[in-house]
Amino acid sequence: MADGGGIRRDRGPLKGGVGASVPHDSAAKHVAGEAIYIDDIPELPGTLHVAPHLSVHAHARILSVDVSAARAAPGVRAVITAGDVPGDIDIGPVFPGDPVLADGLVQFHGQPIAAVAADTLKQARAAAALVRVEYEPLPAVLTAEEALEKRFFVSPSLTMRRGGPEAALAAAPHRMAGTMVMGGQDHFYLEGMIAYAQPREDGDLLVFSSTQHPSEVQHLIARCLGLADHAVTVEVRRMGGGFGGKETQPAQIACIASILAARTRRPVKFRLDRDDDMIMTGKRHDFFVRYDVGHDADGRILALDMDLAGRCGFSPDLSNAIVDRAMFHADNGYFLPHAEVRGHRCKTHTVSNTAFRGFGGPQGMVAIEHVVDRIARSLGRDPLDVRKANLYGRDGVRDVTHYGMSVEDNVLPEMLDELERSSDYRARRRAIDAFNRESPVLKRGIALTPVKFGISFTATHLNQAGALVLVYQDGTVQLNHGGTEMGQGVYVKVAQVVAETFQIDLDRIRITATNTGKVPNTSPTAASAGTDLNGMAARDGAIQIRNRLTHFLAERFGTAPDAVAFKDNKVRVGDHVMAFEDVTRMAYMARISLSATGFYRTPKIWWDRSAAHGRPFYYFAYGAAATEAEIDTLTGESRFLRADVLHDVGHSINPAIDIGQIEGGFVQGIGWLTMEELWWDAAGRLRTHAPSTYKIPTARDVPADLRVSLFANANREDTIHRSKAVGEPPLMLGISAWLALRDAVAAVGEHRLVPDLDAPATPERVLMACEALRARMAG
Amino acid sequence: MTQGIRVLMGGEVRTVPVADPCETVLEWLRRTGRVGTKEGCAEGDCGACTVVLGEERDGRLRYRAVNACIQFLPTLDGRQLITVEDLKGPDGALHPVQQAMVDAHGSQCGFCTPGIVMSLFALRHEAPGADRETAMDALAGNLCRCTGYRPILDAAAAMGTAPDAFDAREGATLALLRSIRRDGALAVETEEGRFHAPRTVDELAAVLVANPDATILAGGTDVGLWVTKQHRRLDPVVFVGEVAGLATIVEGPDAIDVGAGASWTDVMPVLARHWPSLGELLRRFASVQIRNTGTLGGNVANGSPIGDGMPALIALGATLVFNRGGERREIAIEDHYLAYRRTTLRSGEFLERVRIPLPRPDQTFVTYKVSKRFDQDISAVCAAFRLTRGPDGTVTDFRAGYGGMAAIPFRARGVEAAVVGRPWGLDAVTAAMAAAQAEMSPIDDMRASAAYRRMVARNLLLRFHHETRGHVARVASHG
Repeated sequence: MADGGGIRRDRGPLKGGVGASVPHDSAAKHVAGEAIYIDDIPELPGTLHVAPHLSVHAHARILSVDVSAARAAPGVRAVITAGDVPGDIDIGPVFPGDPVLADGLVQFHGQPIAAVAADTLKQARAAAALVRVEYEPLPAVLTAEEALEKRFFVSPSLTMRRGGPEAALAAAPHRMAGTMVMGGQDHFYLEGMIAYAQPREDGDLLVFSSTQHPSEVQHLIARCLGLADHAVTVEVRRMGGGFGGKETQPAQIACIASILAARTRRPVKFRLDRDDDMIMTGKRHDFFVRYDVGHDADGRILALDMDLAGRCGFSPDLSNAIVDRAMFHADNGYFLPHAEVRGHRCKTHTVSNTAFRGFGGPQGMVAIEHVVDRIARSLGRDPLDVRKANLYGRDGVRDVTHYGMSVEDNVLPEMLDELERSSDYRARRRAIDAFNRESPVLKRGIALTPVKFGISFTATHLNQAGALVLVYQDGTVQLNHGGTEMGQGVYVKVAQVVAETFQIDLDRIRITATNTGKVPNTSPTAASAGTDLNGMAARDGAIQIRNRLTHFLAERFGTAPDAVAFKDNKVRVGDHVMAFEDVTRMAYMARISLSATGFYRTPKIWWDRSAAHGRPFYYFAYGAAATEAEIDTLTGESRFLRADVLHDVGHSINPAIDIGQIEGGFVQGIGWLTMEELWWDAAGRLRTHAPSTYKIPTARDVPADLRVSLFANANREDTIHRSKAVGEPPLMLGISAWLALRDAVAAVGEHRLVPDLDAPATPERVLMACEALRARMAG
Repeated sequence: MTQGIRVLMGGEVRTVPVADPCETVLEWLRRTGRVGTKEGCAEGDCGACTVVLGEERDGRLRYRAVNACIQFLPTLDGRQLITVEDLKGPDGALHPVQQAMVDAHGSQCGFCTPGIVMSLFALRHEAPGADRETAMDALAGNLCRCTGYRPILDAAAAMGTAPDAFDAREGATLALLRSIRRDGALAVETEEGRFHAPRTVDELAAVLVANPDATILAGGTDVGLWVTKQHRRLDPVVFVGEVAGLATIVEGPDAIDVGAGASWTDVMPVLARHWPSLGELLRRFASVQIRNTGTLGGNVANGSPIGDGMPALIALGATLVFNRGGERREIAIEDHYLAYRRTTLRSGEFLERVRIPLPRPDQTFVTYKVSKRFDQDISAVCAAFRLTRGPDGTVTDFRAGYGGMAAIPFRARGVEAAVVGRPWGLDAVTAAMAAAQAEMSPIDDMRASAAYRRMVARNLLLRFHHETRGHVARVASHG
């Protein structure tokens, strides 16, 4: 916010309150290169740099580690291995299983075994290459399907069940079974993992960490160093992207930097280069899906039996909750009268997979959308009609999920109707059919799909937030809360909430770096809940101060409290009108506290995991997208010609920021399901670990004609200004792009055969699917 | 012998000491406190490190966006370096490019933003008023993971064309650049290594004969990665970017003669004029930043199996002219490649020129690139065909070059033989496809399976046939 915000007195109507499309708070700094990321912080004298030494086996016993040559190399100040961790070596965030450095056993190709700190990064890298490790290779399990067969899991399977699917399947007039796979996804945040640990007095550490979860980084550093939590402060002003990848994974980087800082008593920076980042840190889970579905002649699902097997990698990390969320979203927006959904956490000797925008939800949704698409094609019906026939009802009719939660706010029927009209779906479907009849090589397809995404952490205790609101005498404010800024705009949205509460311009509010020394015990900025939780907490803090000011003014002017009104940078008390800063000065002189901590916990939610039953979500966020694709049936290459998006953000706090999330999420979803392919070789080595081999969308991959609208709909729950969470749900709009490709492939079989197209639908998969259809047509 | 180079920055000539000739511009910038420019990948693929070089061309100032992460510091000698910190006015006002990005909500996490701003800055100067298609091309080398690009393209459309402070200073900038122009060769020698930048072809030939183990550096779009990714020590390095005679493009009556040091940016419009299909391929196979530094000669001499230039040059019947100590030899391009990264290049020799026979009216030429991503991706299959037909439609000559398939780019002689002497039509093409199937045993890797590569190599012949019949047979890039 602009400097000197408290000095100007000629302020008019509120600027930057709730509902204003103000730019991101750092926009002007971003474009000038003035926004400070952790690698940009001026280095303290004596700062050391770190390079890791990584395993070259997917699964092996470590027989010996020889670091003598590394230790003797120029510039080296310390080399650590598992034995050098002073406290607890396990930094598993929820369940144990993540050693800070491999301890006697490596469980994936690229697992760090040693870390070198040296005067320069170049010296550290050169020395890290000198570490000698003797291995005894062990057999490795590399795929979810293989792990599922062997019942090799990181944690037990879970079942969600409603009704009696066995009998309903047996009685269903139509029934089919199948399997599918969908790939994982690298986060490819532009700023790689980094931590900068600085020793302070009393053995304390100040650690700058690019993390979505500073509290967890604080706790894990303390644990692995054998320190109390109060000895460690973690700060993050901003991340260069997170997308879930910086929820648990930054802890290892920060712990290694901290151990080396404590050992050398020097500042230590550990920044992963792109390759190490992609090799060492977890990704979105790829899934293997098996299903058996019964339906009627209209395509309405009567019963579903489904296995969702996620590849977790070598440790639990957050996989329990991620596979749970896949199971929660195995309905997407569809009513499953009889269902059994089983979720499996497959253990493999690959990097431990982790949170990624959607947190398993997208995988569950892809699975059910695959099933619904197949039902429609097997009946020769337009998939949109089958989708509509399966949508949840409302008010007691077809409105209970397979985990026992009533869908109270279902707006999908209206949204799909609106998008069908605004995208001109039916006419375009006819035009596409006409095009396909005339075009032997190129084929087009279209898909309109819904999104229903549950909002809340399914670990109920995480649904809390704290904030610190400091008002100064000149009427300016410092705002701090547990939310972390990764580009999604949580800082500016929460600041807008505080501006609205005090009725002061946004430029009077200084947003400060998230710091465990200001607000403790915070939850990760995840589950799309950053603004929901922290906005409420910040408003609570601001309201406390505003109430104190109200009562003080009422007493001072001898009026009732309801005669005090904050509006447009001014405070009215009966007939008196004062500038906000006059009131804060008066309050200070009268010894009124001008600071407060705010707090919030989400109401209504509960979840009994042992019974797989409850209301894990406060509410649902909805969306729908219609995407048109064109494929080349000789090469499998594809383009997206047009996409229409309608998304439900409730009452938007900042429409420009929300549209940014919608578009960005949509394109990221397209990337996941079309071109982004993680590829491991037979030895379990990730071979796509840089942008030269792992391809995320460029400007040209965005649909040529992209039309995004917000659905007019206040949140029926009492969320912050009746808004809805927006971080994750739009990613799943990208499913429409994948299904549009399936539709285009189906045109090769003149829509008489069901195509077989898994995800990501790379040119290779599209071509192979076309070839398979051509062979079946010929045979 | 000098240990320093002269660079124009912020309107002033600065003498920059070179400690390590292979230190990248990005490392140097960040080490010296200019941290606005970011490292995203250190391999020239993400564009977060984009900076702009200013240099005199034909009497006016030209701006080239380049990847600072793979550009070695001494290559800045005699040039203007513009980084994101230079764009704001002295009063703190944002540059029109920066303001357009703010107004369009073009940044979210902001980490890619400095690079995007610099790419747009170069675009605004080099192609004022560029359309959306050109803007997408200018941004193909800038990855953004947050926005989905729509607001960035909107910013490109809104950034305006009015002269900026850099235009106003153009005369002064040119004068300063002339003042630091170096007439003789640049030679840097430090404890970390030696760096030579000769000015003439003869000087270059002499330096290489004297230093047969030298690494020849042109654009550095591959050599840069030997340092940033493989952490190799290169000593000495001989930079060909200042050899005036190596960057010329001569259009003769029968052939185009391209100097090995000519950048793709300079080569592309000339080739595109004669072979539009080649222009489209070159646009796709590298970002603007890479085309601005990478050279046709580097692509050819490097001999990477994934180089997209070779299939086309093979199909076009190009020849290569090598020079060793002034002694020249000429060889057909397909004969130059022996095995994976092994060529006929001899010790102390360098590629001087590439000769490409001009198209004739009886010839049809296409080149195709198939990759996971449309822009700036390495080919799973790259193919080029040159069809020559007699007056009766009989194929009199057919040349087929393939890349991305095997350890070297190659000429598919079986495919060629299957169509020569037959009328160009579905029968001939079917025979060629069968020959392709038999002739090719492609590699299997993360880009594509062998089965897919073989199928595409075959199907591209069918695509070519469709296109010679006037049918639309490939998905269009869109604007």
